[in-house]
Amino acid sequence: MSTSTHLLELQASPHLHKPMTVDRIMYQVIYALAPVCLFSVWQFGISALALLLTCTVACVLTERLFCWMGGRPSTISDGSIVITGLLLALTLPPGFPLWMAAVGGFISVALGKALFGGIGFNVFNPALVGRAFLQASFPVAITTWSPSFASNRFTEFVPSSLTVPFCTPPSIDVWAQSVAIDGFSGATPLALQKFGQINTDLWQLLLGMTAGSAGETCALLLMAAGIYLIARNIMDWRIPAAVLGSAFLVSGVFYFVNPEVNPNPFFMLFSGGLMLGAVFMASDMVGSPVTPAGVWIYGALIGSLTVIIRLKGGLPDGVMYAILLGNAASPLIDQWTQPRIFGQRKADHG
Amino acid sequence: MLTLFNGWRGTFSHGLHPPEHKELTADKAVTRMPFPDVVYVPLSQHTGAPAEALVRPGQEVVRGEPVAKAAGFVSVPMHAPVTGKVREITGIPTPRGQLVPSIVIDVYPSADQTILYGAPQDIDAMTPDELVAAVQDTGVVGLGGAAFPTHVKLKVPEGKSVDTIIVNGCECEPYLTTDHRLMVEQPEAVLKGLAVIRKALDAERAIIGIETNKPDAALALNNVIKPEDRVEVHVVETKYPQGAEKMLIKSLLNREIPAGGLPADVGAAVFNVATLAQIGELVPKNQGLIERIITVTGEGIEKPGNYLVALGSPIRHVLKCAGLKQGKSRVIFGGPMMGSAIVSWDTPITKGVSGILVLPRPELDTTTTPRPCIKCGACVQACPIHLNPCFLGQLARVREYDRMADEFHLMDCFECGCCTYVCPSDIPLVQRFRVSKQIVREGKAAAS
Repeated sequence: MSTSTHLLELQASPHLHKPMTVDRIMYQVIYALAPVCLFSVWQFGISALALLLTCTVACVLTERLFCWMGGRPSTISDGSIVITGLLLALTLPPGFPLWMAAVGGFISVALGKALFGGIGFNVFNPALVGRAFLQASFPVAITTWSPSFASNRFTEFVPSSLTVPFCTPPSIDVWAQSVAIDGFSGATPLALQKFGQINTDLWQLLLGMTAGSAGETCALLLMAAGIYLIARNIMDWRIPAAVLGSAFLVSGVFYFVNPEVNPNPFFMLFSGGLMLGAVFMASDMVGSPVTPAGVWIYGALIGSLTVIIRLKGGLPDGVMYAILLGNAASPLIDQWTQPRIFGQRKADHG
Repeated sequence: MLTLFNGWRGTFSHGLHPPEHKELTADKAVTRMPFPDVVYVPLSQHTGAPAEALVRPGQEVVRGEPVAKAAGFVSVPMHAPVTGKVREITGIPTPRGQLVPSIVIDVYPSADQTILYGAPQDIDAMTPDELVAAVQDTGVVGLGGAAFPTHVKLKVPEGKSVDTIIVNGCECEPYLTTDHRLMVEQPEAVLKGLAVIRKALDAERAIIGIETNKPDAALALNNVIKPEDRVEVHVVETKYPQGAEKMLIKSLLNREIPAGGLPADVGAAVFNVATLAQIGELVPKNQGLIERIITVTGEGIEKPGNYLVALGSPIRHVLKCAGLKQGKSRVIFGGPMMGSAIVSWDTPITKGVSGILVLPRPELDTTTTPRPCIKCGACVQACPIHLNPCFLGQLARVREYDRMADEFHLMDCFECGCCTYVCPSDIPLVQRFRVSKQIVREGKAAAS
């Protein structure tokens, strides 16, 4: 052996590494999102497809722009920005004007992510930052729901989708009347419940046979995606469990007190954006606590806030604000819930 | 008593299951490696004060002869691993990376290398204090890797007592199989050593803890244990770092060593099986520690196996005997989780080296540039001490070393590397903690 021909490599231990990288985590999330996106396109047609593409492209371009401006290598390949784009689109009404969606994509990345320093440093879920901006800026457009399974959905855009930039979208009421299949109205189950005391059938909620945001309708599909992520060890199961469990309990209390006015807890679980938020947004690693006790508190906070906003607030759905508030509280929750270390006596802890 | 087949598998919480890779050498019987033409005996290859050299350049030494004496209680003597002539005493890089004054001995090629030193002694007639001295004279230290002088553990601090001796046969590091082979091939030696330290410690119970992946070792030991030995063999879950003292005591006795404490604080003392086997062999003959079993393994080795090598053999010689494949590789002293990459081909095998691992370049991660932490919490779920490596890593980035130590228990980290193993962002967490700990220690030393 002539050792002189050998090159030695110096590295600190450990010398083995688990074959799990940020990229792999993000791509698993994209795989889990794919069926949700496909269902959305099937349900809402080319408008939803255009919305998904617009948001994703806007997010990717904005990320590229900020990497270039900051002189950093591009971080598009880690996949996280595609998730932001898809999630933003999935939380918007399917007929949302595309130019507004592009603005939302830009805001998501610029204010939600790049401003804080890029991946890992954002405090809030970027997609929800973008959506909150859109909710504040375009309150009418973001609550204009087009009917699902419209007859001409694969050949024709919802009229509002193609609104000329910086113009007010046209009303879609007349159009919606003309295309809707019997039994499918343009109002979301939560709005029907809140403003009309009409409860939607549970099976329709589970199967996604309702109006709503592009990706929030099919609770069953969202649950399956969540189970996939848990099985692949990508997602902390305790977060969706805490969000859904607390939402169920809190709405159960409301229902028990006044079943005439308040919807039953199962309706709460499967309607609106709760399932989408619990599976894909509350569980976002960056915005959630890392301590075992912390994730329970964080999830419970989001679940109960959602129900309280829904039942006592002015908006039909409160998932977005509940998660943003949860994100804001998460560093504090982490501080409060430092784990008891091995060999530390209870008295010393705290 | 063998509790191999009952339902209870002792374990601790957190930790991880890295690929074991032990199949490369697990069934390879221990063979003796030829002697090198030069050996390096570092005067400090243990925790504690460096030994003091007893020989001069030009002096001839006989295999087994003491060449350095212990400098105080927390120190051990060194013995000549070979018959030959002292060339010089000079700085040689050790596996820990520092240059350490070492006795360089040119090996006599014609010497038959029989051990001529040592005289049998009657252990039964010895008092505990005499036994402690006899163990110190052998130069035995913890052979599992810590290299802490064994006799120091036999002297239980005032006010504490040891009721249980734990024999560590876990070998939780991937790739390594020295302890496994030792238990299979020389179970009697382990029991002999256990009898010696049991006499010194006067402990009621003695438990041998073995991971579930080595049932043959558990059976081999069980076959030679007689009822009057009162030794129990317990099987614990195969999980890294099961072989860490704190984890093993938790798994076997469900006792938690207090943070910053020692095994004696919970009435336990832990000894590695290889350490006991050496004590069992050497103390009755009053000889010194001059050789040990190491696993030479990894995908970059042509003849992976378990070898009995003379201490002080340069790594150059060991790799020549075991065959090093061509190409760029990482050569590691110890296991892949806690071992250190070598810096020099002259670095000798010391008492604490349990293996040499050669990983070719493609086996290693190419993307070692750390990326931002995404707060996935995988490290929090992995840390066996239940620290928060995620927070600690962020604090290390902004150099808040005192906060790391005061609020987030930095000093309780024993550098097992679990956090770094699982990190999807390739952040060298454990290396940051090593550096941070050193900075805190130096800060404390400067303040006092």
